[in-house]
Amino acid sequence: MAISPRDRFLTLFDGGIFTEVKVPQPLEDPLKFRDQKRYPDRMKAAQKNTGESEAMLVAEGDIYRTPIVAAAQDFSFMGGSMGMFVGNAFVAAAERAVELGRPLVVFSAAGGARMQEGILSLMQMPRTTVAIQMLREAGLPYVVVLTHPTTGGVTASYAMLGDIQIAEPQALICFAGPRVIEQTIREKLPEGFQRAEYLLDHGMLDRVTDRRALKEELAHLLCMLMGRTPPVKGDLAAPAKS
Amino acid sequence: MNYLDFEKPLADIEGKAEELRAMAAGNDDVDIEAEAAALDRKAADMLVDLYKSLTPWRKCKVARHPDRPHCKDYIEHLFTDYMPLAGDRGFADDHAVMGGLARFNDQPVVIIGHEKGHDTKTRLDRNFGMARPEGYRKAVRLMDMADRFNLPVITLVDTPGAYPGKGAEERGQSEAIARSTEKCLQIGVPLITVIIGEGGSGGAVAFATANRVAMLEHSVYSVISPEGCASILWKDAEKTREAAEALRLTAENLYQLKVVDKIVPEPLGGAHRDPAAAKEAVRTCIADMLASMRNVSRDELVRNRRAKFLAMGSTGLAA
Repeated sequence: MAISPRDRFLTLFDGGIFTEVKVPQPLEDPLKFRDQKRYPDRMKAAQKNTGESEAMLVAEGDIYRTPIVAAAQDFSFMGGSMGMFVGNAFVAAAERAVELGRPLVVFSAAGGARMQEGILSLMQMPRTTVAIQMLREAGLPYVVVLTHPTTGGVTASYAMLGDIQIAEPQALICFAGPRVIEQTIREKLPEGFQRAEYLLDHGMLDRVTDRRALKEELAHLLCMLMGRTPPVKGDLAAPAKS
Repeated sequence: MNYLDFEKPLADIEGKAEELRAMAAGNDDVDIEAEAAALDRKAADMLVDLYKSLTPWRKCKVARHPDRPHCKDYIEHLFTDYMPLAGDRGFADDHAVMGGLARFNDQPVVIIGHEKGHDTKTRLDRNFGMARPEGYRKAVRLMDMADRFNLPVITLVDTPGAYPGKGAEERGQSEAIARSTEKCLQIGVPLITVIIGEGGSGGAVAFATANRVAMLEHSVYSVISPEGCASILWKDAEKTREAAEALRLTAENLYQLKVVDKIVPEPLGGAHRDPAAAKEAVRTCIADMLASMRNVSRDELVRNRRAKFLAMGSTGLAA
């Protein structure tokens, strides 16, 4: 089931407390793109629909008292598509993680690159990869949680470069979507093709984990990678606000 | 000569001139030759006219022209001692990706490129230039080797996109592309790319995350094909002309957007009309780009490349 980035952060972070990381605003409609609608009009409609300004939300907070930076993509915002803003958000998340010495957890969900930003959306593939290299050089874990659906240029860049790759059950994860493949090879694809469990079987993921168990699992993994003592589990009072 | 649909009037005139000359063959008919020569001039003017301002969709057609020089042609003509190196060491050798060691102006380099093939047999063998994961993994292996032995890497991009097939997905097409892009950003040697035909989406980026990216004048480079974009955004696969326009996929647009560093001029009528001239233009371009990085340290090459891609998208098109 789809969950908005904000709702996800409310359940992920201790006490539902998190601080949004500010994302630099990119150029608006850099290509003056127009299909049947103008791109700015599509944006406005998506903003009205979701109540969010764009397709990725970045936040910092604690999970079982382990401080992290997290970024989550919003499939309901123009298919979660990766344009300049998502690139900026990803870079901001990585930079903040490096600044604070925290791991980065990214929840991916996208139909791919945002066509309305043309080549500039494509360039977010290498751009986000540079951001991952910042994390690697700082020795910080980068964990990807692939959620339904994660496809196209997003899968073919940051969503497949995690130190650890986790997916939610049944999530569709692919480069080319099933419809495109069926049109290309003219045969029906097997049941479960390109689903999380299928990718796990084919060696493309570390784990498939139910959302309810994710928080605890992430806390454990990150504590081990960071050389910290095990996380304190259970229901905790919200940390005192300073 | 294969003519494109918009070249049909040109084909008619050139065909007529040829016919006249064939008719006059054997006798020195001055009138017929004069008439044919007039047709030649008309055709030449028309060619100038047609190519003066190609629409983006026409550029797509030129970029995909069956007679356009392909990766293999450039390798054969611009490099010496080419030694193809095969395989990803895991599963297979992907024939859609050519790669190996060669010399460029005597300097050893690693060359990697998409090859589309030129007739039915070779097109099938090359999978029309659509690489599978093994192609990207072969590229990663070659880039690693280049890095270890301090050899510049030259990539020639010409692909409709990565292959959307069952096996390709099964074996991790996304991961293979992502790793290839990542490798491009890691190597401490000059990495230069020439987009010689089609730069199709992620399948192109995986080779084109380079210090310097040049593009042939009538090549295209895009996040999605006009056909794909038209069917998604217009819900009408026929709206390719509109989609090509909106996507800003021409060399000129991409230069304005600072996605490409250099436009390589093509001979009049496109690279396929004078392949030798096109290849020489690419030779000069590669030589210039290599020279521009001759004294740049390994660290600086990596740093510059990353800084370049981190800044991508901060420049839009002027309204």
